[in-house]
Amino acid sequence: MIDFGYTFNPSSRINLDNFDRVKFNKLVEIEPDVKTCMACGSCCASCSAGKYTPTSLRSAILALQNGLPEKALDFLKGCMLCGKCTMICPRGINTRHLIISITKIYSAK
Amino acid sequence: MNSLTFILLQNLAAAAINPVSRQEVIDRLPSEYSNFVLPFIIGMSFILIYLFVGMIRILYHIPGPDRKKLLISLVTPITIWRNIRDLIGDCLLHVKIWKRKPLLGYMHSSIAFGWFMLIVLGHIEVALFVPKHLGSISDGSLYYPIFYRFFVWVNPDNITLRGSFFFFLMDFFLLYVLSGIALAMFKRIKSIALGMRHTTHPSLADRVALYCLWAIFPLRLLAESFTADLSGGSFLTKPMNMLFTSFFGKGLNFMPTWWAYSTALGLFFLAMPFSRYMHIVTEALLILFRNAGLKVRKPRKGFAEAEIYSCSSCGLCLDACPMNMQKKNLKYSSVYFIRFLRRHNTKKINAIAQKCLMCGKCYALCPVSIDSPAIRVAQRATFNNPLPYNYSYLKDAYHNSTAESVGSNKSKADIMYFAGCMSHLTPVIIKSMQGIFKAAGVKYIFADEGGGICCGRPLMLAGKLDAAKEVIKANKKMIEESGCKTLVLTCPICYKVFKEEYNLKNINILHYTQYIDSLINQGVLEVKKGGKSFVYHDPCDLGRGSKIYEEPRRILEGIGELKKASKERDESVCCGGSLGSLTLDYKDRGQVTEGSVETLMANNPDEIVTACPLCYKTFGEKSPVPVKDIASVVCENLVTKSN
Repeated sequence: MIDFGYTFNPSSRINLDNFDRVKFNKLVEIEPDVKTCMACGSCCASCSAGKYTPTSLRSAILALQNGLPEKALDFLKGCMLCGKCTMICPRGINTRHLIISITKIYSAK
Repeated sequence: MNSLTFILLQNLAAAAINPVSRQEVIDRLPSEYSNFVLPFIIGMSFILIYLFVGMIRILYHIPGPDRKKLLISLVTPITIWRNIRDLIGDCLLHVKIWKRKPLLGYMHSSIAFGWFMLIVLGHIEVALFVPKHLGSISDGSLYYPIFYRFFVWVNPDNITLRGSFFFFLMDFFLLYVLSGIALAMFKRIKSIALGMRHTTHPSLADRVALYCLWAIFPLRLLAESFTADLSGGSFLTKPMNMLFTSFFGKGLNFMPTWWAYSTALGLFFLAMPFSRYMHIVTEALLILFRNAGLKVRKPRKGFAEAEIYSCSSCGLCLDACPMNMQKKNLKYSSVYFIRFLRRHNTKKINAIAQKCLMCGKCYALCPVSIDSPAIRVAQRATFNNPLPYNYSYLKDAYHNSTAESVGSNKSKADIMYFAGCMSHLTPVIIKSMQGIFKAAGVKYIFADEGGGICCGRPLMLAGKLDAAKEVIKANKKMIEESGCKTLVLTCPICYKVFKEEYNLKNINILHYTQYIDSLINQGVLEVKKGGKSFVYHDPCDLGRGSKIYEEPRRILEGIGELKKASKERDESVCCGGSLGSLTLDYKDRGQVTEGSVETLMANNPDEIVTACPLCYKTFGEKSPVPVKDIASVVCENLVTKSN
């Protein structure tokens, strides 16, 4: 391939065919709070791990809804469960357990 | 009945003829056996076999190194002494309950100690008066001492002082147990009278065993009174015997009472393994394990199994649990957690294990000292430890931040300050701490000034034990490379894990309350005394978790008036913000906070002071008075030295 000095961005098109409704419903059943999230970003602003590696619960939830579970798991794999996001969440979401539940449900093969 | 009298007469005749048998006590029955002992023998054999198999099972599940530890502890003088002290203090006298609730302590110790004394005295009597029955099982050593009063005949012309002394003791301890049983019955009706707001719902086996236990001692009194004219008695059994004789005439038919007594005992032993009364024997094993330094490794096997079977299901943890503000949350208490563990009810076990705030109050107040928080962590680990994670970033976490702060100081400092995640969310603590360092003229390294990584305790609490080890390793490396001598922490959560898991050699780990207290003691810091009144909240991981109670109180007493909360120290109520709970939701946490604030406001203080960023933030939402961190209180009241 010739290097033109630039590349194509990966497609940002949302493919809802990849959205796993069974798994998402299972998640909602355990964590109804996942629907309470308003993607304000307080969690990633306060994140201890976020300083070193892309870690964001907000992005993970969005990625899930856009049918990108692998990307969602990547956003959570560096989490140290320190609980700062739980303390700060304006919607009172139990973020720590939400992170555990997403990892549990979506990493299960 | 006739045959019995005949046998008795025969024996009496033999005693009269044979001068050797002109003793105080002789065997009343030549066969030295009666069928009524059968229920007791069946129950006793069952429980002995069950206990033996159970003990082998538990020992088998304990990992090799732990078993070695146990063996060594059994021959080390200091642990032998501790074992003896705890066996007497905890199993027999229940010192721990006495200290908190005397009436409840009396109830428990009267049954435990009284019954123990009855058994011991029964054996001593046999050893003194009919020693041949203490030897082998064929001589009835299993049942004879228990039913001693049935099998002997006491020569009324030949009673010695020694004999009557034992009669008196036996009656005395029987009365002692009966008073405890009466209290226990009363407790079933009105538990609050004995200091318990909530009690556990007994299971079916618990009920069977409980009613048998209630029946054993009144039946024993009845049985011994019926035979008191033959086998002797004292202030309790003798008058009762006369009473019965005056009602039913001479020659009482005493067999039914002895049958009933034996049946109650047998049934109790049969129900015991399935009921809460297993704690009577398992607690002894648990004490040996605990003094040997064993830890919970698996939630249901080995050490944990000994703990589970030691739970007396007394329900003291129900009143202790901070979640008891709502009745619906009582089912998440340790007592039910352990009950479901016993029943292998995985679904319920997992739900309860995740709900708990891990404040450790149930552990601190448990009369048997069952470390249920540790069992919960082990249970959480069964499903959370295998979850994937990727901490490859940890190795460069401190590259920039520490280099900067160490670099700015140019030389290495002896003191390192690690704020931790939570303190970074409440910068007032960090600012106050920096002010205190400055006022004391202390040179220090601020380890995570630019943001560091977590201490690892939240991961451990969530059961992700392997992940926690990686975080701990990264922090440990940073601290050891810095060359500091003292590590100051502003968060009890960090403090506990640094102290217990990091294994930092030659580094003095201090919580900031300890550090400030020592600075004030040395005269490096000076605080002025104002007119404000404070109440101090004991954070769970600092108080119950690390046993630091005095230092923060000393600091506050130097600054203002320290008022008491209605529940303090070991009894303090979690703020509700704890990281320990995985599933308790925002609303329920709010209720816990309200309950905790209520205990703190008992004496109307001007301010609530705490020493934990998490409590500080949580109380802020619900408190009617200002909430302050202890460092900021100190910082506000510093005397600036003019030099």
